[in-house]
Amino acid sequence: MTDSTPKIKMTNLHKAFGPKVVLNGLDLEVGVGESVVIIGGSGTGKSVTLKSILGLLHPDSGEIEVDGESVVNINQRKRDKVNRKFGMLFQGGALFDSLPVWENVAFGLLAEKRCTRLEGKKIALQKLAQVGMPPEVGDLSPSELSGGMQKRVGLARAIAGDPEIIFFDEPTTGLDPIMADVINDLIVKCVREVGATALSITHDMASARKIADRIAMLYEGKIIWQGPASEIDNSGNPYVDQFINGHADGPIAMAVRA
Amino acid sequence: MNFLQTIGRTFLKFLATCGRLTIFAAVAVSHCVRPPFYPRIVLRQIIEIGFYSLPVIGLTTLFTGMVLVLQTYTGVSRFSAEGAVANVVVLAITRELAPVLAGLMIAGRVGASMAAEIGTMRVTEQIDALTTLSTNPMKYLVAPRILAGVIVLPPLVLIGDIIGVFGGYLVATYKLDFNPAGYIKSTYDFMQFMDVVSGLAKAAVFGFLITLMGCYHGYNSKGGAQGVGAATTNAVVSASILILCFNYILTELFFAGK
Repeated sequence: MTDSTPKIKMTNLHKAFGPKVVLNGLDLEVGVGESVVIIGGSGTGKSVTLKSILGLLHPDSGEIEVDGESVVNINQRKRDKVNRKFGMLFQGGALFDSLPVWENVAFGLLAEKRCTRLEGKKIALQKLAQVGMPPEVGDLSPSELSGGMQKRVGLARAIAGDPEIIFFDEPTTGLDPIMADVINDLIVKCVREVGATALSITHDMASARKIADRIAMLYEGKIIWQGPASEIDNSGNPYVDQFINGHADGPIAMAVRA
Repeated sequence: MNFLQTIGRTFLKFLATCGRLTIFAAVAVSHCVRPPFYPRIVLRQIIEIGFYSLPVIGLTTLFTGMVLVLQTYTGVSRFSAEGAVANVVVLAITRELAPVLAGLMIAGRVGASMAAEIGTMRVTEQIDALTTLSTNPMKYLVAPRILAGVIVLPPLVLIGDIIGVFGGYLVATYKLDFNPAGYIKSTYDFMQFMDVVSGLAKAAVFGFLITLMGCYHGYNSKGGAQGVGAATTNAVVSASILILCFNYILTELFFAGK
């Protein structure tokens, strides 16, 4: 970690839904230009963490800072301003099916009135080319695309506004291994081209190894281990070892046996 | 004790829902009057709600007008007051039947599709995606629909009025041998400005209720396909009940003491 202000800093984050505690004192920093991947099983609070940063969920207590400024309980205007720094690739793509592909990609730009519709289309086609999609795709509807193509359009949309921070929510889930690798390559390439900070959540270890500078493991609402991606195999942490090797037996007891 | 607890809990839940709905409505209305506006989406919704509902409204009011003449004739001919048929028909159609039946039909047609569309957007994270793309979903999704509903229902009901009265005219002249000119004249003479206006005012309120219910239930749906299904049902049922309830309240307001 660097001495300068981290891009994102979460301190002692708590969130519970009724009696179910999801985040239980989560601490994590993401440095400028760094790519951090949070790994962890289903239901350990990975998505909740991302949604808290985006302001879609409000943490019960704790602090989230973006560029050194608190983003918890801020008003709508400040939130809009902060969210302009963000780009997000959703798990299912979350493309707007009422709009053609190019309008999906240019949506953020058009919403912020950063360009006219004509320019927006041009930029959209450019971004689509960046993720390896031919221009004719621009006029299709998202429902006409395959899962992998939808993910790529989602990626194009996430990078369209040249965000400072890009979030990836399980970018490879539901894709075949080859397409998953294509997406991983694109993520690495796009993040580098845009020069963005990246925070991803995944349970796909191949993907984590490929896109991460640093990996953090989330378990029971806390970060139990973090370190450079190269050291994940020598973490010395039995939870991490069990997770990355995918063993059913180990310190992490699955809910079925609880 | 347990029984009382159940009643209390249900009642509190009801109050909480009322409060949530009121806040939702207030926020939605406030977004209708504050920029940025989305005229393109309002227009699309006006076409969707208004234009494509014309056949349904036309058929509904046509047959209602026709059957109304038959029934009224049967009733009034018992004391030889056949001259009152045109009067009763035009009054019933413009004041009550056209707005209420049009409202119910549109609640089924439009309220359901709105709840399903917005509900699907909710469960596929499209609403979250809007937020990350600098777009307020209340402003982008809800406000234009409510605006379109309020704008488009009165003209629809006016068309319904005309078709309904025409249906009555057809049956009266072709089946019951009324004098065509006489029927039109007595329709025209008995009809008051207030009859039509009150019907149109009701229509605007119903348009608000239908779109509000469709948006509210869709916006708050959760839990995949089943949740969206429940949202659709709730939207139609609650809109229909509210239409009938507000119909009484509005009639009381317009015609109390007359």
